Amino acid sequence: MTNHPVFIDNDPQKETITLNLGPTHPATHGVFQNVLELDGERIVSGVSTIGYIHRAFEKIAEHRPFYQITPLTDRMNYCSSPINNMGWHMTVEKMLNIQMPKRVDYLRVIIMELARISDHLICNGILGVDTGAFTGFLWLMEEREHIYEIYEEVCGARLTTNIGRIGGFERDFNDIAFAKIKKFLIKFPPILKEFESLFNRNRIFIERTSGVAPVDPEVALNYSWSGPILRATGVDYDVRVNEPYSSYEDFDFEIPVGTTGDVYDRFIVRNEEIWQSLRIIEQALQKIEKEPKGIFHADVPEFYLPPKEEVYNNMEALIYHFKIVMGEIDTPKTEVYHGVEGGNGELGFYLVNDGGRSPYRLHFRRPSFINYQMYAPMSAGMLLSDAIINMSSLNVIAGELDA
Amino acid sequence: MGKISNQAVLQKITARFADQISVPAEPFGLVTFETKPEHIIEVLTFLKEDKELKFNYLTDITGIHIPEQKLSIGVIYHIHSLANNIRVRIKVFLDGNHPKIPTATILWEGANWMERETYDFFGIIFKGHPNLVRILNVDDMKVFPMRKEHPLEDPNRVDKKDYFFGR
Repeated sequence: MTNHPVFIDNDPQKETITLNLGPTHPATHGVFQNVLELDGERIVSGVSTIGYIHRAFEKIAEHRPFYQITPLTDRMNYCSSPINNMGWHMTVEKMLNIQMPKRVDYLRVIIMELARISDHLICNGILGVDTGAFTGFLWLMEEREHIYEIYEEVCGARLTTNIGRIGGFERDFNDIAFAKIKKFLIKFPPILKEFESLFNRNRIFIERTSGVAPVDPEVALNYSWSGPILRATGVDYDVRVNEPYSSYEDFDFEIPVGTTGDVYDRFIVRNEEIWQSLRIIEQALQKIEKEPKGIFHADVPEFYLPPKEEVYNNMEALIYHFKIVMGEIDTPKTEVYHGVEGGNGELGFYLVNDGGRSPYRLHFRRPSFINYQMYAPMSAGMLLSDAIINMSSLNVIAGELDA
Repeated sequence: MGKISNQAVLQKITARFADQISVPAEPFGLVTFETKPEHIIEVLTFLKEDKELKFNYLTDITGIHIPEQKLSIGVIYHIHSLANNIRVRIKVFLDGNHPKIPTATILWEGANWMERETYDFFGIIFKGHPNLVRILNVDDMKVFPMRKEHPLEDPNRVDKKDYFFGR
């Protein structure tokens, strides 16, 4: 236990107070520990301790077939697990050179953007709670519930979705799913408008958040920040635009950027991204109308599990079923990096494959982990209450932080 | 976007570091090459500070353990030029018994936790790192768990051996 200098610092004459913020503190929304040195209300220095819910996903992934790694990705950023699932599917598909039909790409885009909305709703709603406004949070949670109902309609699960398969979706979206998406697109914007009218020009909220924890773009890039918090500093880096995946190049949307990178800017950037996501979903629904109906996976029998009836009645399907489940399919000996724009930033998958049934090495580039390392240094000199809303607006998800 | 092609990047790198890097490859369009630990900081500095290339964004640092190789521990850097929208992957392989490499924290603050994580799981010593201690695992752990000599499952278990599956 000698790693943490603050623990062994028992100098009776010191004039600062050591405060353990976390690991289980209601204001930190997860298992985060920060050992802070306080001078009155002001933070002098801090040390972040992480790893409380480390579950060794990278090690487990080395022992699982590719399709069994999807549930591990669920449990990283559990506020937007469909993005993690899709990112993993796309990594494997990139390695296997599987080209998705356009309709599957658009269906994925719909699900990923819904996930982004639910992720940003949580973050912005909780930022409201931390600044003393509970109303907005309750207002938005109902809408997140509607997004979860759409997930349920598509894959049966709500939080840890395990949605989609390598090669497409496990089943087509049914009519109820489309109806729910369309209903969401009609019902949600007025509620988001109401939420914005509660916050955007609210003097108390602005005074509480504006100018708190501003970050220069150079510093943010130096710390490898990504996602909404990087864009709030004014850097227009978005993986969806820089390296389009899943046919994002077909969509017309904007990257909202901030100017100062403070908590208020991050809030506004996230809200604006929700509007852009809604635009993308609308476009995707229109594009799907033009695509041939009923296509929900690529034609890759070597990698996509056949339907159960065919397994029982068709020799080829039975062979493929066996080979896929047993991991008997030859995969290329190669390495691949694939990044997607997760709820918090660039979620990267670095996969080294030796041709076996599980990855030789799989590394997750987790945006929360990389974004969070600046938290303790940037807290120095900040008021304790500002540090709380700063953490809230970084939107660090413990599952993704510790993987 | 994509103002510089992979070829242009490779030309610049090979012109500068002709004999210090391996033959580059491009798996899935991502420029990949190896270099030696004594040159890595030089290579990273060049890529970061070159006026045209501007690889100013460190995406990721991670490790790999390949026990069959003579130099069994690898460090893998992914760096990204946001201005030119191009990525480069640099690999450095080290002696498995004493893996040592200079730290990249002098170039990017963000390398701090990435290197701590890599140390935590592979035992790679990043020379000059300001605070090279375990980050995700418990502090009193004795081993470096992502190395291949630490199997996840009971090694005596036979029902999952590869030869049952024709390998």
